[in-house]
Amino acid sequence: MTGTTVKDMLTALAGGETSEALVQAHLKQIRERDEAVGAFLTVDEDGALQQARDIDRKRAAGEPLGSLAGIPVAVKDNINVTGLKTTCGSKILADFVSPYDATVIQRLREADAVIVGKTNMDEFAMGSSTEYSALKKTVNPVNPDYVPGGSSGGSTAAVRADMVPLALGSSTGGSIRQPASFCGVVGMKPTYGRVSRYGLTAYGSSLDQIGPIARDVDGAARLLQAVAGHDDRDTTSAYDEAPDLITDLEKDPGPIKVGVIDEFMGDGLDDEVRAAFQTALDRLTAAGAEVVHCSFPHTEYAIPAYYLVATAEASANLARFDGVRYSHRSTEARNLKEMYTHSRSEGFGPEVKRRILLGTYCLSSGYYEGFYLNAQKVRTKIINDFQTAFAEVDVLLSPTCPTTAFKFGEKTDDPVSMYLSDIYTVMANLAGVPALSLPVGADSKGLPIGAQLITPRFTEARLFQLACHTEKLVGE
Amino acid sequence: MHAMGYEAVIGLEVHAQLLTDSKLFCTCSTEFGAEPNNQTCPVCLGMPGVLPVLNDRAVDFAIKFGLAVDHNPAGTSVFARKNYFYPDLPKGYQITQFKHPVVGKGRITIELESGETRDIGITRAHLEEDAGQSHHEGWPQSDRKSYVNLNRAGVPLLEIVSEPEIHTPDEAYAYLREMKAILQYLEICDGNMEEGSMRCDANVSVRPVGQKEFGTRTEIKNLNSFNNVRRSLQYEIDRQITTLTHGGEIEQCTLLWDEGSQSTKVMRGKEDSHDYRYFPEPDLLPLTITEERVEAARATLPELPHEKYARFMETYGLNRPDALRLISEKPLAEYYEKTAELSGNPRAACSWVMSELLRDLKDLEGGVAACPVSPENLAGLVRLIDAKTISGKIGKQVFSAMFASGKDPETIIEEQGLKQITDEGELGRIIDEILAANQSQVADYRGGKTKILGFFVGQAMKATRGKGNPATVNQLLRQRLDA
Repeated sequence: MTGTTVKDMLTALAGGETSEALVQAHLKQIRERDEAVGAFLTVDEDGALQQARDIDRKRAAGEPLGSLAGIPVAVKDNINVTGLKTTCGSKILADFVSPYDATVIQRLREADAVIVGKTNMDEFAMGSSTEYSALKKTVNPVNPDYVPGGSSGGSTAAVRADMVPLALGSSTGGSIRQPASFCGVVGMKPTYGRVSRYGLTAYGSSLDQIGPIARDVDGAARLLQAVAGHDDRDTTSAYDEAPDLITDLEKDPGPIKVGVIDEFMGDGLDDEVRAAFQTALDRLTAAGAEVVHCSFPHTEYAIPAYYLVATAEASANLARFDGVRYSHRSTEARNLKEMYTHSRSEGFGPEVKRRILLGTYCLSSGYYEGFYLNAQKVRTKIINDFQTAFAEVDVLLSPTCPTTAFKFGEKTDDPVSMYLSDIYTVMANLAGVPALSLPVGADSKGLPIGAQLITPRFTEARLFQLACHTEKLVGE
Repeated sequence: MHAMGYEAVIGLEVHAQLLTDSKLFCTCSTEFGAEPNNQTCPVCLGMPGVLPVLNDRAVDFAIKFGLAVDHNPAGTSVFARKNYFYPDLPKGYQITQFKHPVVGKGRITIELESGETRDIGITRAHLEEDAGQSHHEGWPQSDRKSYVNLNRAGVPLLEIVSEPEIHTPDEAYAYLREMKAILQYLEICDGNMEEGSMRCDANVSVRPVGQKEFGTRTEIKNLNSFNNVRRSLQYEIDRQITTLTHGGEIEQCTLLWDEGSQSTKVMRGKEDSHDYRYFPEPDLLPLTITEERVEAARATLPELPHEKYARFMETYGLNRPDALRLISEKPLAEYYEKTAELSGNPRAACSWVMSELLRDLKDLEGGVAACPVSPENLAGLVRLIDAKTISGKIGKQVFSAMFASGKDPETIIEEQGLKQITDEGELGRIIDEILAANQSQVADYRGGKTKILGFFVGQAMKATRGKGNPATVNQLLRQRLDA
């Protein structure tokens, strides 16, 4: 019962299969696989089974059911679920049990999905390999010598290892698409404002979005459909109605113009990734798509701008972890100042400290204009670059990452090389446009290769349709 | 201008706690006096993942304030994060407004004791959330622990910044009095400095008269009464002038007013000043106020203090100091106006309010709102005096009884038998007895010592326990003595 698509699971459930059995099968998979993979920080077996039985009862009674009724879902550990820990992969929140549900969790409950547990991540979503989790090591289920990517590495690994068919991740610069690419699953970052951020522990507030992870495009579309839409508790969430992503998902997309970003195709792109990407592009062309070359002249500024904006916002967002109301409090402190410095020094890991310092510096008096304001100007230029491109093309297609998954420890000593693995993904976050990564092949070591599709803001229905089209062509 | 050739330059920052039912960014109640931390939720506790949602009522209040200080707040303002660590600041930053406040330049008119009026510019007013409260004493283990109460965290504040156009402690006092009245009239803040719903910080510098550049300024924080503002400013101005005339320099610093020693104490120097690292709040969209919304607010504006002041003098014939005192507190102004209207004698109503009422209210907690004498009853008292049912002197006695018991004047007059005696027959009999008992004085009077009439009046009033109508008593005495 594990390892099939969400669509097939829903059909089986409608045909008499119980959610309890489906959840049991996935819990069994977790027990068998997760010791090796390390995807989960919390597995709520009792809670999941209780939810499953409740849904089975509703189904038996003929009550109306939600769109994901009985389907197990895993949740990244920076999203709050009442009664479960929200550790954010950090020692500072290792014992924090959330008193409330994020809006996406409420919506999953309304959709009758079954929340099975919380997944590992880079501490506070700061990282690209999940190696910066202070609590657990997660490996790539494809090959345990390699990282799963990050920061939503626990969610993508859980889906890849068939421990859940669906998982929620969060993306600030590429934290869904990059690990999805490394693990060979589908991962999608919605338009900024499409999904409520209420209940998502903030990293870079103007960049953060919660998004779906699944084995196929259809599954990702169903998960986004369930959680998307305006929320009064997030005033940055969009007022327009969440679109129907399912009805026209498998329809022929008609004539399409595909844009290729020239700046992404130069040095630094791995040959095998380039080849797999080219094959996918050729298949689209063979199916009638027209290829247009697009220029994004501000590409080289994207990573610096991203690290200034994200860390500036993070430096404020992480100030609340001060040991006063909750979160780790040092027992060594003799006064207030020491309570802050000791608690935070003991609680945060090195990458988080690095980014808090960077962000604090960037906002400091005398540096604000040069760093933060200029970074915001770069954002505006990148938004303009996207607008120029979308005036000509329906969709942009690029490799998701310059390389396939790397080995443990390969980049932890060189933060900048780690940062550069986000180079193709950050621009969608800076511009707020939706983007989706899907598997398009594997390299000679068998490590997955992903390609990314990007469409204009609030065109998720079209994005999923084109992704579904591409998925079919690549699979043939 | 100062006697020694220096003038002071003062700018005031007023923090007005807004009278909304719920907090600025969540739906928690703002009611005062709940158990510690009972009026909190994940949002105002700064739990991971929470987001602020702006309270529209608070925005409406800010719009009203803008209009009251002659500013049109239509346009776009931006919220910002002000970053600093303190245990009563749950998020580690305060959501406030920095570069683009909701209210921009405006002005208010103040009136000094001398009757002179001056316009004082308002630089800006912006919305922000209040912090919680830290308690260090009076709790278990206070010697080792501090306690944090976050009920106040997130309560909306309007920070109102004046231009540095105030030059004396008296002007500062008049500015605050007017500000408090405006806030009260708009019903957006109760303006109680002692309880902290209106708080004031003052920036002070001095410079030689005629110099354009400002001197080095100091900031005095947490002034919790009108009188403390006046006293601390006078102290600080004198201190600065003394320092300068002795060849010293003023150091930029933040001061606290010390009630006990009646002096300012250094809280932190310039080197300890914070870098607050302001940046636009990414969790809130820029706030855009339309002209329609401004016009809707304008339509609900009440009569403002300076308008009421002019009307009281015009309509009720009050003198300037009385009118100024009456309008300084909205409940008092309303109390007076009701009494004036019901009594049909606005000037008499004014003198009762200004003398008897304000004297007795001084010792009463709750002020006018808790006054046991209703405007109806005070008006009744004025009418009874005007109708000569009682004398003015008895009136004061009746007022005291009304204040003590809350009863209406008729009841008190009835119960205590204070009704004025105007019946000529009854008074005539009393006077005849007095004249009969004081034959020698009668002879003196008739012999030309007419000044002795006062003696007979006194005897008559004594005999009637003050209830005899003085005019009637006089008339009857003369009739008999001059006959």
